[in-house]
Amino acid sequence: MRGMMDLLRRGAASALAGGVVALLAASVAHAQLAPPPGPTVEAIKKRGVLNCGIDTGVPGFASQDSSGKWKGIDIDYCRALAAAVLGDPDKIKYTSTTAAARFTVLQSGEIDVLIRDSTLTFIRSTSLGLDEVAINFYAGQGFLVRKALGVTKAADLQGATICTVTGATLELNIADFARSTGAKIGTLLFDKAEEAIAAMEAGRCDGYTDDSGSLAGMRSTLKVPGDWMVLPDLISKEPLGLHIRSGDARWQKIVFWLDTALKTAEEFGVTQANADQLKATSKDPFVLRLLGAEGDFGKMLGLDNDWSYRAIKASGNYGEMYDRHWGPKALDLPRGLNNLWNKGGMHYTLPLR
Amino acid sequence: MRALTRHPLLRALFGTPGNAAITLLMLAGFAWALPPLFRWMLGDAVWEAPNRAACQAAGSGACWAFIRARFALFFYGVYPAPERWRVELGLLLLVVIGAGALFARRGRGWWLLVLLTVVPAAGAILLAGGLFGLAPVPTAQWGGLMLNVVISFVALGGAIPLGIALAFGRRSRYPVIRLLSVAMIEFWRGVPLLAVLFMGLILMPLFLPNGVTVDNLVRALVVMTLFTSAYMAETIRGGLQGVPNGQAEAAEALGMHHGQVQLLVILPQALRLSIPGIINIAVDLFKDTTLVSIVGLFDLMGVVTQSMKDPAWLGLAAEGYTFAAIVFFFACLVISLGGSLLERRFGEGSRR
Amino acid sequence: MNTRLKAHAVKGWLWQGGVALAVAALFYWLSHNLSTNLAARGMEIDFGFLAQRAGFDIPFRLVAWDGSYPYGWALYVSGVNTLFASALIIVLASLLGLALALMRLSGNPLAAGTSRTIVEVVRNTPQLTQIVFFYIAVLQVLPPMRQSITWFGSMFLNVRGLYVPAPSGTAYDAILAATCAVVVLAAVFWRRLGWHEVPRLVVLPPVLVLGAIIAGVTANWDYPSLKGFNFTGGTRVPPELLALVLGIGVYTSVFIAEIIRAAIQGIHRGQGEAARSLGLSSSQAMFLVILPQALRILIPPLTSQYLNIIKSTTLGAAIAYPEVLQIFARTVLNQSGRAVEVMTLVLGVFLAVNLLASAAMNVWNRRLALQGR
Repeated sequence: MRGMMDLLRRGAASALAGGVVALLAASVAHAQLAPPPGPTVEAIKKRGVLNCGIDTGVPGFASQDSSGKWKGIDIDYCRALAAAVLGDPDKIKYTSTTAAARFTVLQSGEIDVLIRDSTLTFIRSTSLGLDEVAINFYAGQGFLVRKALGVTKAADLQGATICTVTGATLELNIADFARSTGAKIGTLLFDKAEEAIAAMEAGRCDGYTDDSGSLAGMRSTLKVPGDWMVLPDLISKEPLGLHIRSGDARWQKIVFWLDTALKTAEEFGVTQANADQLKATSKDPFVLRLLGAEGDFGKMLGLDNDWSYRAIKASGNYGEMYDRHWGPKALDLPRGLNNLWNKGGMHYTLPLR
Repeated sequence: MRALTRHPLLRALFGTPGNAAITLLMLAGFAWALPPLFRWMLGDAVWEAPNRAACQAAGSGACWAFIRARFALFFYGVYPAPERWRVELGLLLLVVIGAGALFARRGRGWWLLVLLTVVPAAGAILLAGGLFGLAPVPTAQWGGLMLNVVISFVALGGAIPLGIALAFGRRSRYPVIRLLSVAMIEFWRGVPLLAVLFMGLILMPLFLPNGVTVDNLVRALVVMTLFTSAYMAETIRGGLQGVPNGQAEAAEALGMHHGQVQLLVILPQALRLSIPGIINIAVDLFKDTTLVSIVGLFDLMGVVTQSMKDPAWLGLAAEGYTFAAIVFFFACLVISLGGSLLERRFGEGSRR
Repeated sequence: MNTRLKAHAVKGWLWQGGVALAVAALFYWLSHNLSTNLAARGMEIDFGFLAQRAGFDIPFRLVAWDGSYPYGWALYVSGVNTLFASALIIVLASLLGLALALMRLSGNPLAAGTSRTIVEVVRNTPQLTQIVFFYIAVLQVLPPMRQSITWFGSMFLNVRGLYVPAPSGTAYDAILAATCAVVVLAAVFWRRLGWHEVPRLVVLPPVLVLGAIIAGVTANWDYPSLKGFNFTGGTRVPPELLALVLGIGVYTSVFIAEIIRAAIQGIHRGQGEAARSLGLSSSQAMFLVILPQALRILIPPLTSQYLNIIKSTTLGAAIAYPEVLQIFARTVLNQSGRAVEVMTLVLGVFLAVNLLASAAMNVWNRRLALQGR
């Protein structure tokens, strides 16, 4: 009698244990070993897919169109990188990351590169073990305010309330600005930009703050864009760029020189459309090296010589990317700092020789 | 006046001065609120336009063209279009087997067994692919309403057995088991879902061996399952308490062992008593799946907010949220109706 | 038989020990992974950051705060905000739930139908959507700042919130605190003090009001006034709080309405009929006979709804209400980078609050149940 009962209890126990084991087994089956933190390129080639970490949605940087296709300058960079390394700009797995999680995701090896309108700060660089390899957008924190306020510069916002999103450097910059200039600006922190914008339009705040690239996108979402203006001064520097884990020199060089190639292409007038023709006919040694018609530059990176040619064919040069997303036909943001050095901007690249 | 109050409906509405006042007040409220709402949703709404600017030029009401343009995205996410039949087939399977479990006159146990074993396995193979020549679709491409359904189904399917184990654990005669069950239940019931989802996302990699990464969706599934199982355990414990003591005594008098009595006599009755509670948990769970958008998964809500950022359709939050609310309303209504049907069916069995 | 029983007990302990060991091993494995991972990243668990200067602003608070306070104090400030919002929501949800339940049972088909529709719509749509809806609605209804609604020249209502004069001063604080303490203690120990004849609900509220008036007279009042972009001075109740209270209050009220309805229907019909035959009106029968009895049945389910309210306030982060999750798990985590410590604290706070609240409700439940006998 008792024996039977024990048997039954043991049965129940082993059923329970079996359940736990099954659960663990299921989760382990889903778990996969990430590549070792050294040879990232080998892992990408073996996998056949580039794992690109992007934003969850900011017009201009990364947003989905009606068919669910990602678009934006960060996406163009991912595509150029995939084209250079794998030969196919579509072999990408996009991972959307929230502001709070982006660096952890990169650290843990889930993604190969983080191209997500992110700024690398001292703390992030030293305590998280990450490197910002190249900068694809020079931004700064700006303000979008109601014209009727009569404000002309950020310091005039003393006593005003500004809506913004939480989890970024934005709120910290405002606090620093207040400490250094004495202009105390109140902030109201939302989870998502849509709610912050809606609150601002209803008069809950005097303005909205974000990096200058995102502000242009946000201004176009307003009901009456003409009632609002972007203040000319920026209270912080936000160099947004391409991040990788520290310690893989080869992968770092590829990402760095890819960015250089895209900007060099603009400088020398190489576009998506004329790349084929220039490859055959150009006399300019810079152009020939860029398009792989001369020299062994790709091989020196461990890729083939057509790497940058494919990247340009996939996404166009830097200027084309900018025009596609912020040009007059898109979000209409003047290039300013994002112009090439010889046109008054900040993009001054190392020579491709 | 007297003639007016003769009809029962009129008497109910205007029978006493108090009732008449309530009725008039409410009618005034409807007259104030409903017409503008109707104009926005239907009267002045725009159904066809290529982008937001064209929409606003065409009418002052809701811009439903936005929803139409992104309809497929709302249901499938970025699941590759040629493979979408797999999602449909999976859903069909779920609906057919689910309906079978609800309506079958005979062998309902078998239908339920199939629902809890074959459907998840077949669904996983269909959706994820990689077997039987199906092209693999990474979970990063799953999205939209399909993701809400998948998460709810898996979390509910996992939470029921886990909840039963915890409910028995809480009633166990062994103090260690009891303590662990209580700790587990009270922990998950004491913390906000948003906080634990956030924790699963940011901190889970820190708690796993270096270099092991777990799929984002799996993390969300684990958190949702554990969270739901705590609530499930309490509901089932309520059901266990509702079974009269005489049942256990009678069964033991028949020579059954403690374990047999619990599993074969008490549990089925307790589960029957818990059906309304379980249905409530299912509805709450389905609504709570919208919170996974904070961990970077694009469920219906995530796709809706994402769509508001498409440069062609910027700034259409009201339409997006209204659409999501309507979809959730009907989905939850279906769950509730299915639940009350289930309740009545099992009720029939007990009355006979 | 005896030895078999003993063997049985031994088996029971073995089996328990095995489970305990497995759980301990799991925790050991997790903490081992955590420490190796942290070491590999050059990080360590250290709560010392709580004493560091926070430097950020909290737009709404009930206790002292500015940028020079430490991170640890921010947990207290945001915790008070969470509890304050929860208390308001509990009051609103209970009243609204009662109203919806009475409408449903009123016998007026229009009222019953409306109540039913509200319940079905609200409980079948996601909570976050409703909170955002109420926020946008509140902001649309309130007037812009320059056209504030003004009462007595010192209270202002506009889209930025409700501005009221703020009292301060040591005498004010002391009198108010003393009155509250006396009232709470008297309420709890009313029976033991032997004041059976006088109901506490008649005596205590006037005492509270009197204390508040005396405190108010002795206080220094700080009046709000419009300066530059915003009103300064006084105390501000932000629209975020209003929207959060409405959003979660309405959502929870439909669940409470169903609980109340079930409880009222659970009271035997005879009770109402007996009350009517004693000459009570139908509303008297409801409020004096049926509801007090229903209260006893509905306390356990009501408790879990109240606990849900406390947890749901975390959704306030979506509409910029500075509660624990937003201030701590977003701003402080982002600023200090101390994810493990911050999340441990946040979960700990919610666990503690929930366990305390459920313990308190259990005590109340037991006392009500005893009174019934």
